[in-house]
Amino acid sequence: MAYSDKVIDHYQNPKNVGTLDKSKKNVGTGLVGAPECGDVMRLQIEVDDETGMIKDAKFKTFGCGSAIASSSLATEWLKGKSVEDALKIDNMDIVEELNLPPVKIHCSVLAEDAIKSAINDYRVKNGLNKIKFEESLVH
Amino acid sequence: MLKLPVYLDNNATTPMDPRVLEAMIPYFTDHFGNAASRNHPFGWQAEEGVDYAREQVARLVGADPKEIIFTSGATEADNLALKGVYEMYASRGNHIITATTEHKAVLDTCKHIEKLGGEVTYLEVKENGLIDLNELEAAMRPTTILVAIMYANNEIGVIQPVKEISAIAKKHGALFFTDATQAVGKVPVDVLKDGIDLMAFTAHKMYGPKGVGALYVRRKNPRVKVTAQMDGGGHERSMRSGTLNVPGIVGFGKACELCSLEMKEEGSRISKMRDKLETSLLKLEEAYVNGSTESRLPHVSNISFKYVEGEGLLMGFNKNIAVSSGSACTSASLEPSYVLKALGLGDDLAHSSLRFGLGRFTTEEQIDYTIDQVSATVLKLREMSPLWEMWKEGIDLEKIEWAAH
Repeated sequence: MAYSDKVIDHYQNPKNVGTLDKSKKNVGTGLVGAPECGDVMRLQIEVDDETGMIKDAKFKTFGCGSAIASSSLATEWLKGKSVEDALKIDNMDIVEELNLPPVKIHCSVLAEDAIKSAINDYRVKNGLNKIKFEESLVH
Repeated sequence: MLKLPVYLDNNATTPMDPRVLEAMIPYFTDHFGNAASRNHPFGWQAEEGVDYAREQVARLVGADPKEIIFTSGATEADNLALKGVYEMYASRGNHIITATTEHKAVLDTCKHIEKLGGEVTYLEVKENGLIDLNELEAAMRPTTILVAIMYANNEIGVIQPVKEISAIAKKHGALFFTDATQAVGKVPVDVLKDGIDLMAFTAHKMYGPKGVGALYVRRKNPRVKVTAQMDGGGHERSMRSGTLNVPGIVGFGKACELCSLEMKEEGSRISKMRDKLETSLLKLEEAYVNGSTESRLPHVSNISFKYVEGEGLLMGFNKNIAVSSGSACTSASLEPSYVLKALGLGDDLAHSSLRFGLGRFTTEEQIDYTIDQVSATVLKLREMSPLWEMWKEGIDLEKIEWAAH
């Protein structure tokens, strides 16, 4: 299978690989996927307490090139966004940006799930309710 | 000098040896006749080419030339052996024994036979990829007509105890068929010494052309017969009709002759490189060889690199190095390798595997390059892997409740 140039670029030069201190109250962590399925994504956001903006985002991903690229792109998009706006990131935006073929759409779904999961973790830590999301259909 | 890209997928197919091509060329142009045309020189020349090739092929596996039935490849030979025996020996029984790690050409043919009313036992394999002879013995029934166990596995290269298997089949009055596609031309295969009754193999795994293979069908002790699966002009002792692929068969013959002459030297040269590759890659933490390393083809190594995913790993170097992965992502089905799972590997390890298949034209420089590239990519991806980080922190990944997915 041929990868798009953007996937290759994110794979070769992934943005924001790393780990944030998950014990901090303003850090939300999302861990999605399963080793058995061949992909696990961990995505973290650090929220500025005063502005409510995401000031940092990091990821680590076990998976194929498309999964790595999807999470790398997600962290780029998250930085500088408000938590509310972050919730609007749709997996199809990732598919479009990275030119993912149909068999790789699940990578983008996983990235969207990781974002939502990180936001919910942040919300729970800060005394807010978990947002109920629709079950993703692909998995 | 280093020649790129590096081809280490010789279990999928091999490049053709230029000497094979040279032998074939006249049979496309000057000697283009139909080998079945008995009444003119064009036919005679073609027939002569086929006869000579049949001898070359037979000699490599210790058979009589009359016992070689040319086919379009190993898949066809597998089909002919299984379906042909099932039909021919229907009055004796309907039970076939095979193993879960067989090639799909055998497994799917067995599934087809089950639909026709046949009974098939699929033996599990041990952790090392070999079948348990006691289990085979226990699976034998009075109605067992055929034991079908591959000579060497295409994914992990393990060599089954063929002599012992054939002895058990014989003891119980069943025939023994082996798919020897990966073994012929790589290790000594002798149909008499190994007690083989039927054997499938193909040219393109031994530096010959694609589209030509053979089924060995024993003629003495016992005389084995199969029902034709391709009806027509009665070619190949009426077991496989169809105009013979003369250039392909001539190439197959030449490829077999070269293997007869060079296999021993080639095997030891390639296995040294394979061992170097394997030893170097195993220096990485959490890297494991899949399948037996004692009973194995000289040119294959299948390694799992824990906590990195196979396709992601391939992407790091597949512009310059061709290998194959057991990862689901590389297959259409999204299921990881059933062979690796049959060894008892978890899906995670199966997803993390690479198969290295060296060959006649692999060089030392290419192996050094591969060691560097693969090692660097594994290290890079582990830095990016949440599982690696968790493992390093001592978290038991088995105990995590992974989100349903």
